[in-house]
Amino acid sequence: MQVTPEVLAEVALTRDEYDLIVEKLGREPSPVELGMFGAMWSEHCGYKNSRPLLKRFPTTGEHVLQGPGENAGAVDIGDGLAAVFKIESHNHPSAVEPYQGAATGVGGIVRDIFTMGARPTALLNSLRFGPLTEPRTQYLFSGVVGGIGGYGNCLGIPTVSGDIFFHKSYAGNPLVNAMCVGIAPQDQITTAEASGVGNLVVLVGADTGRDGIQGATFASVVNPEESHRGVIQVGNPFLEKLLIEACLELLQTPHVVAMQDLGAAGLTSSAVECASRGTVGIEIDVDQVSRRETGMTPYEVMLSESQERMLVVVRPEGLEAVQRIFDYYDLHSDVIGTVTDDGNVRIKSGDEVVADVPARIYTDECPTYTREGIEKQAVVTLREFDLNSVPDLEPTQAGDALKRLLGAPNIGSRKPVTQTYDHTILSNTVVAPIKADAAVIRVKGTDSGLAVKTDCNPRYCYLEPFAGGAHAVAEAARNVSCVGAQPLAITNCLNFGNPEDPGVYYQMQQAVDGMSAACNALGIPVISGNVSLYNESGDTAIFPTPTVGIVGRLEDVNRYAQMGFEGGGAVYVLGNAAGTLGASEYLELLHGRTAGAPPAIDLEQEVRVQTVVRNLISSGIINVAHDTSEGGLGVALAESCIVSGVGLQADLADVLAASGDRLDRALFGEAASRIFVEVSPDKEAELTEQLEDAGVAFIRVGDTGGDRLTINGMVDELVADLEAAWSAALLSHSIDPDTSSSVPGRSF
Amino acid sequence: MSTRYAVITFPGSNGEHDALKAVELGLQQPVEPVWYKETSLDRFDALLLPGGFSYGDYLRPGAIAQFAPIMSAVEEFASAGGPVLGICNGFQVLTEARLLPGALLRNQALEFRCRWLHVRTENNQTAWTSSLDMGEILYLPIAHGDGRYFAEPELVQELEDNDQIVFRYCSPTGETDGSANPNGSVNEIAGISNRAGNVVGLMPHPERAYDALIGGADGLRILSAVLAAGASKLGTS
Repeated sequence: MQVTPEVLAEVALTRDEYDLIVEKLGREPSPVELGMFGAMWSEHCGYKNSRPLLKRFPTTGEHVLQGPGENAGAVDIGDGLAAVFKIESHNHPSAVEPYQGAATGVGGIVRDIFTMGARPTALLNSLRFGPLTEPRTQYLFSGVVGGIGGYGNCLGIPTVSGDIFFHKSYAGNPLVNAMCVGIAPQDQITTAEASGVGNLVVLVGADTGRDGIQGATFASVVNPEESHRGVIQVGNPFLEKLLIEACLELLQTPHVVAMQDLGAAGLTSSAVECASRGTVGIEIDVDQVSRRETGMTPYEVMLSESQERMLVVVRPEGLEAVQRIFDYYDLHSDVIGTVTDDGNVRIKSGDEVVADVPARIYTDECPTYTREGIEKQAVVTLREFDLNSVPDLEPTQAGDALKRLLGAPNIGSRKPVTQTYDHTILSNTVVAPIKADAAVIRVKGTDSGLAVKTDCNPRYCYLEPFAGGAHAVAEAARNVSCVGAQPLAITNCLNFGNPEDPGVYYQMQQAVDGMSAACNALGIPVISGNVSLYNESGDTAIFPTPTVGIVGRLEDVNRYAQMGFEGGGAVYVLGNAAGTLGASEYLELLHGRTAGAPPAIDLEQEVRVQTVVRNLISSGIINVAHDTSEGGLGVALAESCIVSGVGLQADLADVLAASGDRLDRALFGEAASRIFVEVSPDKEAELTEQLEDAGVAFIRVGDTGGDRLTINGMVDELVADLEAAWSAALLSHSIDPDTSSSVPGRSF
Repeated sequence: MSTRYAVITFPGSNGEHDALKAVELGLQQPVEPVWYKETSLDRFDALLLPGGFSYGDYLRPGAIAQFAPIMSAVEEFASAGGPVLGICNGFQVLTEARLLPGALLRNQALEFRCRWLHVRTENNQTAWTSSLDMGEILYLPIAHGDGRYFAEPELVQELEDNDQIVFRYCSPTGETDGSANPNGSVNEIAGISNRAGNVVGLMPHPERAYDALIGGADGLRILSAVLAAGASKLGTS
């Protein structure tokens, strides 16, 4: 067979990769095999550009029960329980059909969690869009938020946290990263390793249709809008809820050997991965797969990405019991194959063999590419921008600047989004969205709780990817520390542009190294993750966005902190007094510049600051702590006033002095390792003693109470006025509420 | 004496876990899920129809669930005077099954709404409100997209006249001036009962409010009412 460039383009393989397949097989691949290679050797499944970089992450630690390589990672949370979690992208589908793209992103990550035997307990999402002033962004934004809520609310899993960031680099290529956290008894954690020759391969859930064929391949090419037409999957959360209950019940029986969901690359990927992990073979007869359309070819069946399907490997003697459970939940199941001993994934259509390849060639022998990364000179120039060339803020402008920042889409209230997500179901939510730097959920049947959050500042990652990667990890950890939780582990979603561009590859290398450095310093391993490359449209790559999802543990869930001031207390700033205007939201919003170096980060100091805050919370000295991120100290103090409606009289003279007497830097400069806390007067002495013992610098900056925020007579605003500005940040740009919910594709 | 609660579960229900836990942990009473294919409720003293998206809300919320096999037993239980509480989607199912009057429409904002809010007790003579004081204010979460109670004006008047309005959305201090209405419900209606008072439906979620740690325990004031009343259909347990 003479393969044409058109055929190769269809499966997104290069001529070299094709030749490698021929060499490994000792023959030309069949059409079905070629399609399967296209999916398995795509970046999405094969990680061919990122695998060498991923090896740099620390992946082990005292709490780790399951590191990368399975459907999700798992950490020990005490009491014989595990937290099972992962974050995953659904960027390209969401760019084309935002509601279904986001909905099926949630569906996919939830399947990854219950496949491991864990009950899905919390959802988070990290979203990136273009400027909210653009109609296209408004459409994508309302569609994505609608899809996340529509799917998660229906499943009955609370969406408790996340983060949203707007920047023009995402205008044509939004990012939708969904994270799920599940809880499982440690002895019930199940893996996706097929074993036992003669065991049966059962496909359960939705019938297979033509939706999403070659989705994994097209997630790995540029220009999502052009490439994704016709490959978008449609979600059915109603069916997935039944699958959750049935599969968790199934895992209580002794009949199941392995379980694997069908996600990217559908049956191809789940069969190949199950076989490859278990170092066995799998034989599948596609004629046994129930279809939702007639005339589907074996190629289409193997590469369909129809949603809400699971592959279960069952002992033959348990088949009847397994089918009884599926019948109870009205789920359709088919026995479609068996486990074999030859290590091959053999696909048959009746008696005809249409594909027969050793599983390891699809997985372990996928080629990897280590490229040369070269930083773009334009970025160097931006980073070296002279921050002192910007005129300082006049004291009379400070209040207005604060309100502009509070009303900025990157900073203002997320309530218009979070109120459309069910965050109270499962009756575990202790700290709800917006109330604190991370959400807190209790672990039923124990005294403990979990704190969860996602984070990444793409502006930092663009201007200095190493620092940006370190900040993403440190800020995520700082956020869970601010509610009092010990960070246990992270999952990450590495969103970048085209890795074949040396400038993009440089960002990837540096960001991964920066993240690894922070992970090592803070003692937080990476236990799962996902890579999404080729996030470009036109000639524009997205800002590098290595999103971090974190899980921390509170030993006593009753001892947590929130961010709203309680009143009648003193406020102390811990750690770095001064920030920088480099890479700040202030510089972009008020001066139109994405420039300067992001804040320096001293990881040892970061550890000290986070540790002492956790100790202050667990010992009951403080109940209020807040990290200062975008918008700096001024915005963060205002936020703590706004969420509880309590004022503050602040004196930032020492901060101003530490900021080279620049008012803009003192109020809105951004910094790592900076947290402020509120303490009642009777505990101030204990607080300062602990801070001195810990070697953490501190400044007393004011007293809480009243209904105004005042800062050295320069800012003097009613908290209610600040709240009004903050609350309108997403609303003032949003589209007519009468049409915002009726986005195309909303089918129920 | 214990009161045995059933949690009626349809495909797509998602509030069953909370309903089970609220009764088990909050009330320390026996409780079990009852799958929609079952046909007998003889062993239970009180029924909870939890929230969720039964049958995916396809057609209309609750529209398909009314035909589930268990619903004949639910109707029998209700007509015999047994206490039945429909929460959120359970309320929608009860209206579709005509065990409660009126209908629940899409929220006025056309969006899902999740938050904690206040409701005022308007009738403390029903099976599920007999432990409450008249005018008592409860703090409960809502989480729904279709919670806008609607009925024709004549029917609303009839409900008012017959004291069938059980809860109204209100401010923290009990005002019902419309500002606290989360979904556009007519007359701020958050919950109603049948004429006999043994069947109650409400949009807020008492089964998610059984512990101060998760925001409040006012839900137990509703769920426990049948205990105080000694509800035991069998009378011997």
